[in-house]
Amino acid sequence: MSKKTGGSQTHLFFKKERFSLAIFLIPSIIIIFVFNLFPAFYSFFLSFFNWNGFSPNKEFVGFNNYIMAFKDPELRNSIIVTLIYSSLVTFLSMIIGLLIALALNKDLKGKSLFRLLYFIPVVTPSVASGITWKYLFDPYNGVINKILGYFNINGPQWLNSTSWALFSVSIVGIWKRIGFCMVIYLAALQDIPKSYLEAAEVDGANVWHLFRYIKLPLLLPSSLFLIITGFIESFQVFDLIYTMTNGGPIGATDVLGFLLYRHAFKYFNLGYASVIALIIFVILFFLSIVQWKYTGGGVKNVA
Amino acid sequence: MSHKKSFSIKNVFLYIFLVIGAFISIMPFLWLVTTSLKPPGKIFSAPLLFPTHFYFENYIEAWNAVPFARYIFNSTIMSLGIVIFQTLFSAMAGYAFAKIRFKFKDALFIIFLITMMIPDSVKMIPNFLTIKNLGWYDTYTALIVPRAVSVFAIFLFRQFFLSIPSSIEESARLEGCGLFRLFFQIVLPLSKPVMVTNILFSFLFAWNDFLWPLIITDSQKMRTIQVGLSYFQGRYGIRWELLSAATIFSILPSLIVFIIAQKYFIEGISTSGLKE
Repeated sequence: MSKKTGGSQTHLFFKKERFSLAIFLIPSIIIIFVFNLFPAFYSFFLSFFNWNGFSPNKEFVGFNNYIMAFKDPELRNSIIVTLIYSSLVTFLSMIIGLLIALALNKDLKGKSLFRLLYFIPVVTPSVASGITWKYLFDPYNGVINKILGYFNINGPQWLNSTSWALFSVSIVGIWKRIGFCMVIYLAALQDIPKSYLEAAEVDGANVWHLFRYIKLPLLLPSSLFLIITGFIESFQVFDLIYTMTNGGPIGATDVLGFLLYRHAFKYFNLGYASVIALIIFVILFFLSIVQWKYTGGGVKNVA
Repeated sequence: MSHKKSFSIKNVFLYIFLVIGAFISIMPFLWLVTTSLKPPGKIFSAPLLFPTHFYFENYIEAWNAVPFARYIFNSTIMSLGIVIFQTLFSAMAGYAFAKIRFKFKDALFIIFLITMMIPDSVKMIPNFLTIKNLGWYDTYTALIVPRAVSVFAIFLFRQFFLSIPSSIEESARLEGCGLFRLFFQIVLPLSKPVMVTNILFSFLFAWNDFLWPLIITDSQKMRTIQVGLSYFQGRYGIRWELLSAATIFSILPSLIVFIIAQKYFIEGISTSGLKE
């Protein structure tokens, strides 16, 4: 990789400057190895033990934690809940973000104001977002049901209802991510050469054709980026659940991140919690590979 | 002529779509401000989204109910630490990877990149134990050090340094300029755009961070603003007017930084997203 750029590269490193080089790299090497690389191995190690984190000896239990995980209905529920949440958040925020980006990709007045307003939720702390939306969702005094009331609609119980809670939490996740998708898509749309669109218009393409056969394929790399980052982020959601539902009602929003937190820091089952962490790792790894292959093939066809 | 007319009708629809969307996007903030300014007895009464009362006492009462000044101080220390170290260390490592030849460089860089694929959930428990063993539990060190380097930032700095011509450095070298002076006086000032982007993103990340401070701090004295706000929610959850004032305390710094620097944010996200 660095060979290609080697031509323009100076080799500033002389023997007497070994010390300087060390200072350039040592902080990063230490922190990355201790706090980023080592944890992956240590989690794997811990998953074979029963340990509360305090007692001096860890009890080796072999694959027991894995067998428990396989049989655990709570964990199974969490996997399903997390898959639903992260799919809803990732894909719906992309679709809405793309629609807004398409609308803003014109010389409208107030374009930068709209962009600002749509982006504000992205930078809002998730704890504050969760707390605020919890009150907006309040079935009796919340803004949402009061607005629905003006239209004579009897709003649902939102976070208090087992059938609505997961969807309600997803709305907040989507709301927080739309602006990010919009910015990525807007940048990609602005990179599409005008000549492509003009040439297609000369050939009689309508708005839909332009979107379907020119813009959409050219947006594929951005979409792949948004899918992968979206899943990585939303699959580990914690703050919103912690502030809005505590995993309830009856496990309806009990995402993996929250289950992991409970096992690690409430029940002090560090071994079992490590298994949950590794499950998150494996699922995310698998999803990324699948998405990469699936959309990556598409990118090649276009190019 | 009909072409022009249909165009403006289309724009009207676009505007309606955009305005409804923007309203949903900022509706929670309208509600926060309105509620935080209502006197205690009137929180549930209309209007809900446009302030008609201006009862500022809520802010004072919320501020004094729990030590918010301390929470904000802690968050400031943590954010400053993360911003300064992350920018400095990542720039230094990025420079070494871009411009200096040494053994095992490619292997080291690949190891760095691989760690980006390890989710935070996997790092949480081991890092918690490491911090406890180092005796850093419930300290600023615990809040700052594990996040003092970002592989993504190293990557961005490396890409930037690869793009600057080496002739500048070569002439400095010929005049006998040492590696440190070269880096801090010549190279670093050139990398301002990447630095600004990284400073903004790391600040936002640090200020909004919740789970790590939640598990690694324990005492009231060490709580960050987000942890403090969640604690406040637990105690004063039924006082909507106080809770919304407190929520505004936690949002305001992020919001101000974003609005001042929005151009850099949006450019930073656009370019880093496209480079993937």
